[in-house]
Amino acid sequence: MKSSDPTVHIMRSQLGRARGLGAAKTGVAHWWAQRVTAILLLPLSLYFVASVLALAGADRAGMAAYMGRPWNTVLFLLLTGALFYHLSLGLQVVVEDYVHKESSKLATLLILKGLIIVCALACAVSVLKLAL
Amino acid sequence: MKDVREALMVGRNSEGKLVRRPISPHLQVYKPQISSALSIFHRITGCALGAGTLVLTLWLVTAASGDNAFSVMQAVLASWLGILVLIGFTAALFYHFCNGIRHLFWDFGQGYELPTMHRTGYLVVGATVVLTAGFWVIGFLVW
Repeated sequence: MKSSDPTVHIMRSQLGRARGLGAAKTGVAHWWAQRVTAILLLPLSLYFVASVLALAGADRAGMAAYMGRPWNTVLFLLLTGALFYHLSLGLQVVVEDYVHKESSKLATLLILKGLIIVCALACAVSVLKLAL
Repeated sequence: MKDVREALMVGRNSEGKLVRRPISPHLQVYKPQISSALSIFHRITGCALGAGTLVLTLWLVTAASGDNAFSVMQAVLASWLGILVLIGFTAALFYHFCNGIRHLFWDFGQGYELPTMHRTGYLVVGATVVLTAGFWVIGFLVW
């Protein structure tokens, strides 16, 4: 046998290997969450686009009046949640595809997800502060 | 012990000999096609929109902070550079929106025939242009 011939380097049973590959049942959670938030975002992004047009050139008082209407408060909070959740899921896949070194991958994901949580909170608090 | 995935790269051929499994060809050997171009563009626009959420956050935070901060933010967005960036973000949003609908149809098993896929691809590009132009026409009219 030449040294360049392929060999199996691990001593594990086939079952152990399959188990090590990840969970059944929860493995599709990410996929589902991405689709559900995508469907939610279809009407919400149209609502957002309409809101931006309605608020073009508005001053702070105009923003507060707009966000103060109960349905706008609810829809903007819902938009914030769905948008940043969808973004988090999407960016995670991109990072996992292109960052191969385990430590860099972990660091990138933690930084991005942390930033997303901060932005999501900032948006939600701002909407509430304008509305209330 | 090596990575578990390393073991999956090795299999047996019909003679029972251990061989390294073939790897699928890399991106650069493929001729650019509308399907692959639109696919990577979905990703690029997704990442761009991720950057766009920073602008959205700033917009809402400055509005909640005070009159001065918000008027500065609105002035920056209304500058020619601001408008240019916002045109980019709206185009990215409409593209991701339209191509996202295409992806959802695929998730339901619809639209996989090649002619259909090409047609819906061009439809997405056309719809993006129309929606972006429509948005800015209305935008400049109401502004």
